[in-house]
Amino acid sequence: MAEILTKSRARNIFYGGSIFFVLVFIALTAQSHFYIVNHSTASAPLTEQIARGKGVWERNSCINCHTLHGEGAYFAPEVGNVMTRWGVADDPQGAYETLDAWIAAQPSGIEGRRQMPHFDINEEDMRALAEFLRWADHTDTQGWPPNDAG
Amino acid sequence: MKYQSQSVAKAYFYCAMLLFGVQVLGGLLAGWIYVSPNTLSEILPFNVIRMIHTNALIVWLLLGFFGAAYFLVPEESEREIFSVKLAYLQLAILMIGTLGAVGSYLVGIHGGREFLEQPLWVKFGILVAAVIFLINISLTVLAGRKTAITNVLLMGLWLLCLLWIFAFINPDNLSLDKMYWWMVVHLWVEATWELVMAAILGFLMLKLTGVDREVVEKWLYVIVATALFSGILGTGHHFYWIGTPGYWQWVGSIFSTFEVIPFFLMMSFAFVMVWKGRKNHPNKAALLWSLGSSTVAFFGAGVWGFLHTLHGVNFYSHGTQITAAHGHLAFYGAYVALNLAVFTYAMPMLRGRDPYNQVLNMGAFWLMTGGMAFMTFVLTFAGTIQTHMQRVVGDYYMDVQDSLSIFYLMRFGAGAAVVLGALLFIYSLVVVRRREVIAPGPATPVAGE
Repeated sequence: MAEILTKSRARNIFYGGSIFFVLVFIALTAQSHFYIVNHSTASAPLTEQIARGKGVWERNSCINCHTLHGEGAYFAPEVGNVMTRWGVADDPQGAYETLDAWIAAQPSGIEGRRQMPHFDINEEDMRALAEFLRWADHTDTQGWPPNDAG
Repeated sequence: MKYQSQSVAKAYFYCAMLLFGVQVLGGLLAGWIYVSPNTLSEILPFNVIRMIHTNALIVWLLLGFFGAAYFLVPEESEREIFSVKLAYLQLAILMIGTLGAVGSYLVGIHGGREFLEQPLWVKFGILVAAVIFLINISLTVLAGRKTAITNVLLMGLWLLCLLWIFAFINPDNLSLDKMYWWMVVHLWVEATWELVMAAILGFLMLKLTGVDREVVEKWLYVIVATALFSGILGTGHHFYWIGTPGYWQWVGSIFSTFEVIPFFLMMSFAFVMVWKGRKNHPNKAALLWSLGSSTVAFFGAGVWGFLHTLHGVNFYSHGTQITAAHGHLAFYGAYVALNLAVFTYAMPMLRGRDPYNQVLNMGAFWLMTGGMAFMTFVLTFAGTIQTHMQRVVGDYYMDVQDSLSIFYLMRFGAGAAVVLGALLFIYSLVVVRRREVIAPGPATPVAGE
């Protein structure tokens, strides 16, 4: 063992192998990029409104309480399928009204219940956020989550 | 301390420990909000506290890595650091950026990609600091003796700085955003940081055990080879459910299963070196942290990672408290404990005193490690129940959370132990006597040794 695997051989295996795996990874990433744009997120067009909604999502740091497609903080419910859960995944007006009413009702102030902060979001931004969440809901996520509970 | 410029590391370690304190106190507060959700809910909501908790962690670990590099590169390269002034400038930029980020989080200015919430100017500051660091450390290494430890360390640090570029790439398409976000997040903690970890561990083993350099360096290359061979395609375990193609379920499952290997090797390496080593190094606390780090990293990153990495399991466990359990123990073992090992090893030299009050430091190790282990267990139980109730039965999120409250209470207790341990650790390094409290007993060699 000691004679076969010398330090310089170990080093060469490390460099050569790493380059190989990096190249494979780059190729798969490029293919995945293509797949996301043309297949998994292609069912609903990516409009300017949705990009604006993503900005609203980010500006308010929603990810640090909620998960979105299972990623984020685990303090508050999954929102990747929230529009399905609310039954408004294909209803833009209903999605806006439900989301607006929900956010306006926060924080609930109920003792012993987790509190969502108060967010000042104007109508245009609120509609954009609703559309962003509807758009995310339409992404092909390989069947995840297992059920509507998220 | 052989080289004057190594003392730069002291400033890095002090700043790191300051942010370490901020991080654990933020974590304790967040843990308390799980127990008593109305706490501060109007003035300091959970999402802001969590940003401070995670960002402070990332920055202090990086400061620790940079400080460790400034400490060990002069010894390995056998020369002074290229520029001490640049090293302090880099530290100043990082601290201003970090404090600026924390301040802007408190007034509600932040981005919204998890862990990358820093305002744009802070991101640029980090980029500038990274460039300064790479120039400074590379010129030092290139001019001096080249060793496997500096090779691997530099490669890890270069790649992690280059990957920071992805922090600036934020496509409007959420699935693309997520895919490129992992290029920073996963390829840091499960690839490039592992190179840094292995290099630092190799250096510590070399110094603490006195094993032949040739042996240490061969192990090092084998470890980092297994880390990158598994870790790069192991990124696939984050690409199961975010809109990426289905083949990642197999690529991710297979390669991330292999991600256990480098952590197993690092643990074996540390123990084998200590057994083989003839040196009886006086800094027992540094040895304890080194062995502890590699062991807890194996369990936290290796075992707890494997627990939910297969796509058939992850379909149900994704984004539950199982993930939180794994994340906490993996970060603690692999990166927190390793940094604390370096601080413990280097501080006595940097401050020119005996390897000091070790009992307190070792007590802090057991308190923190015990606390983290307990936290991991209770979160794993909570996550198991959550997975069943929410993902299998289909109960709603908040109903499930209400039934987990006992685990969150126990998690808070575990967190309190960790905070106490962290404060004791900082005290044992920063405020400590020059001489040992108890005089060492007579050296009586065991017959046959």
